[in-house]
Amino acid sequence: MKKFDYLKPQSLEEVLSLLNQFGTKAKLIGGGTDAIVMQRQNKISPDLFISLRGIPGLDHIEGNGLLKIGAMVTHRAIEQSPLIRERFPLLSEASGLLGSVQIRNVATLGGNLCTASPSAETAPPLLVYEAEVHLISQKGERRIPLESFFLGPGETALEQKEVLKEILLQPPPPNSRGAYLKLGRRKAMDLAVVNVAVLLTLNPKTGICERARIALGAVAPTPIRVREAENIIEGNQLNDELIRKAGEMAKHTCSPISDIRASSEYRREMVGVLVEKAIRQSLT
Amino acid sequence: MKQTVQFKLNGESIQIEVEPHLSLLQVIREKLELTGTKEGCGMGECGACTVLVDGKAINSCLFPILEVEGKSVTTIEGLIEADGTLHPLQRSFVENGAVQCGFCTPGMVLSAKALLDQHPKPTEKQIRLAISGNLCRCTGYIQIIRAIQAASEQ
Ligand SMILES: Cc1cc2nc3c(=O)[nH]c(=O)nc-3n(C[C@H](O)[C@H](O)[C@H](O)COP(=O)(O)OP(=O)(O)OC[C@H]3O[C@@H](n4cnc5c(N)ncnc54)[C@H](O)[C@@H]3O)c2cc1C
Ligand code: FES
Ligand code: FES
Repeated sequence: MKKFDYLKPQSLEEVLSLLNQFGTKAKLIGGGTDAIVMQRQNKISPDLFISLRGIPGLDHIEGNGLLKIGAMVTHRAIEQSPLIRERFPLLSEASGLLGSVQIRNVATLGGNLCTASPSAETAPPLLVYEAEVHLISQKGERRIPLESFFLGPGETALEQKEVLKEILLQPPPPNSRGAYLKLGRRKAMDLAVVNVAVLLTLNPKTGICERARIALGAVAPTPIRVREAENIIEGNQLNDELIRKAGEMAKHTCSPISDIRASSEYRREMVGVLVEKAIRQSLT
Repeated sequence: MKQTVQFKLNGESIQIEVEPHLSLLQVIREKLELTGTKEGCGMGECGACTVLVDGKAINSCLFPILEVEGKSVTTIEGLIEADGTLHPLQRSFVENGAVQCGFCTPGMVLSAKALLDQHPKPTEKQIRLAISGNLCRCTGYIQIIRAIQAASEQ
């Protein structure tokens, strides 16, 4: 096993200055459930891990309007937060389906996003909620939409000396309801073959779908929003025909690959099925 | 370079010198010679290495040793009483035939303990969820679920 050093800085300032000092030799580590596995598989070989655990200001869930979730908040804490369950239930569900209890007790939301796996559990829910990410480096701070954070498999907009500090969520408009569906090969402990989040805002009087957000995981180089499918249902009273069309559109917009978990044909087919199903679930 | 780490292991404070790249599992088995905790996959998938850190079940194979600083770690050896009396969960596993080869057992028992500490009367669904990160290759899941149920009824 290749050796590495392990530093536990006490503040975010210290983290940033260590990143500056060690450059590409260092790698950040949150819960380590991706980083340690990648190190063991020789996909990364840092001389040094810089731990974010225990750093003040990274593990909060707070806010009345705008909700702020620190990058180091664990999936277990998200799953068990009444605030998130009530206001952002799709995120609560997704975190609750990630890995096992043991994994959720240590794996963090920030780590899930920074690994930038196309199948990242929490990405589709956060995309339909139009989350933003707050990044910090010695040069300063910036806030960007999550959608522009994902650049490719394992690639993000994070610069080499930058840290993801928190995830920001605006409450969706009133009368919004949604669904998160994960298709895996078994019930627990599996990455998604396809994952889908849908969030609809329905006019309670007319029943018209005023706003639609649909996001997909594991069927493109990054998790994606499918605006083409959203446009089909937005502004309309939903019926079987439109729901089917939205599913078809999502199916044709994505670009899945074949791997050990599923073929691209199967993934594409399932996108249609799951988008339809998630829209129907959001309506009930 | 070796570093000092201080934590509580099964109720006792200890301080040891470790190399920073080691996992909690390696330190428990190889330095502290407590071999009740098993290594299956070494990748977070099987749960054989489950221990409790501050009461929470975690995979010790992925847990960097320096992260236990100041924390309290419970391994399967910590469940047994000083006079050798088994923990009710351990007894229940024996009585319900929930142990075959035994490789998954320490992890299963600790996942069950973390559950019962939080929910003393869990539903079957809660039990299944709590052990979904623990694989048993002898496939005795039904007996394991029964053993946990029986322990929760005591
Ligand atoms: C057995 C097992 C099952 C799993 N199941 C699932 C699953 O069902 N769904 C799923 O989506 N994932 C799954 N994963 C992957 C992993 O658990 C998640 O992606 C998790 O959220 C990663 O979080 P972490 O804190 O452990 O990240 P780490 O491993 O600590 O970090 C991951 C990467 O992000 C970087 N990083 C971490 N935090 C920051 C930050 N704040 N700023 C900048 N960079 C940062 C690190 O440098 C590293 O490159 C599984 C992993 C295992 C081992
Ligand atoms: S050895 Fe740790 S999960 Fe398998
Ligand atoms: S008893 Fe053999 S692996 Fe579970």
